[in-house]
Amino acid sequence: MSATDAERGGLGAEELPALALRVREHVVRMATGGGCFIGAALSCVELLVYLYGRVLRLSPQTVGDAGRDYLLFSKGHAVPALYGVLAELGYFPRERLGQHLQPQDSLYWHPHAALPGVEFHSGSLGHLLAVGLGVAADLRLAGADNRVFVVLGDGELNEGSIWEACLVAAAQRLDNLVAVIDRNGLQANAPTEQLVPLEPLEAKFAAFGWGVRRCDGHDFGALAAACTRLPLEPGRPTVIIADTVRGKGLPSLERRVDRWFVDLPAAAIAPLLTELRTVYGDGASGRPAA
Amino acid sequence: MSETYQDLLAELAQRDPRLVVLTAENRAAIRELPARLGPRFIDVGICEQTLVGMAAGLALRGRVPVVHALASFLVLRAYEFIRTDVGVGGLPVKLVGYVPGLLSTANGPTHQAIEDVALLRTIPGMQIFCPADRAQLLAGLPAVLASPRPCYLRYCDLAPTVEHPAGLALGGAEVLAEGSEITLLSYGLLVGQAAQAQRLLAQAGLRVGLLSLPWLEPLDEAALLAVAARSALLVVIEDHFARGGLYTMLAELLLREGRSAQVLSIALDQRWFRPATLDAVLEHERLSGAHLAERVQRAWQARGALAPSAAGAASRR
Repeated sequence: MSATDAERGGLGAEELPALALRVREHVVRMATGGGCFIGAALSCVELLVYLYGRVLRLSPQTVGDAGRDYLLFSKGHAVPALYGVLAELGYFPRERLGQHLQPQDSLYWHPHAALPGVEFHSGSLGHLLAVGLGVAADLRLAGADNRVFVVLGDGELNEGSIWEACLVAAAQRLDNLVAVIDRNGLQANAPTEQLVPLEPLEAKFAAFGWGVRRCDGHDFGALAAACTRLPLEPGRPTVIIADTVRGKGLPSLERRVDRWFVDLPAAAIAPLLTELRTVYGDGASGRPAA
Repeated sequence: MSETYQDLLAELAQRDPRLVVLTAENRAAIRELPARLGPRFIDVGICEQTLVGMAAGLALRGRVPVVHALASFLVLRAYEFIRTDVGVGGLPVKLVGYVPGLLSTANGPTHQAIEDVALLRTIPGMQIFCPADRAQLLAGLPAVLASPRPCYLRYCDLAPTVEHPAGLALGGAEVLAEGSEITLLSYGLLVGQAAQAQRLLAQAGLRVGLLSLPWLEPLDEAALLAVAARSALLVVIEDHFARGGLYTMLAELLLREGRSAQVLSIALDQRWFRPATLDAVLEHERLSGAHLAERVQRAWQARGALAPSAAGAASRR
């Protein structure tokens, strides 16, 4: 593993599993009192934890620095995972998570830049790859070596604007741009392959001129290997297709089309937290307990 | 002194390193800029959504992107990107819409941006600059680029046929002629035709003024209220749908201020225009100076027949 790419976030590899568990607990707690898009949030926990913990040159002290790496969260509805990661890493106090869906704060169903660590608002799918192109283009103009990571959903790949931006990123040779796809296989109401098939996804991106890597999006070792040396190919943007499971960590919700968005009774939260502990133990092992 | 749009843009870009020029393969107004701006000129190809999203990303990093595309595709195809990335973000992206309104001439309805003002004015913070000709375009461009807000520039580069007062202020109207009976209100390419109509009507003995409103957002409300107070008839002349343009803005202003005025709308009323060369369009749509003069004169004469109770109400015909 290259020290330059995998040790910038500042966390030790051994800290990641426990952090992921705490993020999942935050996501579960946001599933009541108005609810959240729990399934999509749970599928991208490890990839967010890995990027913020080990890859991004970014910390709560450098959120405004010109030299930071950018993470643009395009699948905005999965934001509870982002809220959890940012709170756990100290971008804002954990107590603010208690203000989820309250009008006095900015933690709603989609991210907004009013929250420290959120670079740009999202919620309308298919936007932030183009915005990421603009950030990457400016960094290249400035001669800077910061990178731009854009986290996309797989259902989001239905949007034509994504493929437009893919063409342009390759044309502009923006190799400081990395798209990370949370490939959980489900969109709102159906498996992606039943509604609008995406596979073979690696071949599609390769044909569009991108460097492509596919990995297990819940395995920190696999994520580390995928992020070892970026860009994957000089002169080309990179895509990391992270295979994931919607609702990951809660077997009672996993892969269920009807658990896209949930607003649960408050009493339902404690059993789900217990379910998480059953699966992950105390999070220290990095592997599900089962 | 720069004499063309691209000269001035290049000159301003040389002075301000924040400026970058983008296009969705619409280079007619900026052919020399790739050579003059080097990497600060980016052509993304025919993809307006990516053009606007990318501009937002550049602006997020502190750049001032000046983006070019045909007005109908820029505003309509990329509208949600303008509204959501630029508008919600409050980013200083400058949107230059090429061949808006009647300037799409013979292209047909696919290319007719005659709802662009109506759509863009719903975006909070969006400025709208609609120059009448090259002189107004060049006079207003520095203010457009210097503003920290997003702006839609309804591009019009026609040779000037009117004398503009010096010193165009952001948000300011221009009084091109004073008149106590009728005031013509216009923006964009029809200002030249309205000026011709004003001369014809003055020759016919009417006291007719002409207010040019290159800025529709911010709107020079004081200038509008002043002419509303001193004119018996206001005539709004625009190459835009009658709904959502200056006529609508004026109606909203008068209603908000509790004022009434007799107003004639000359615009495209619920239909696209017949595609043809510009002169033929102006003739066919009865928007040439001579046609405008005749339409205004007829409305002025009809006004005398109106009952007093109706004389204060806004009227379309």
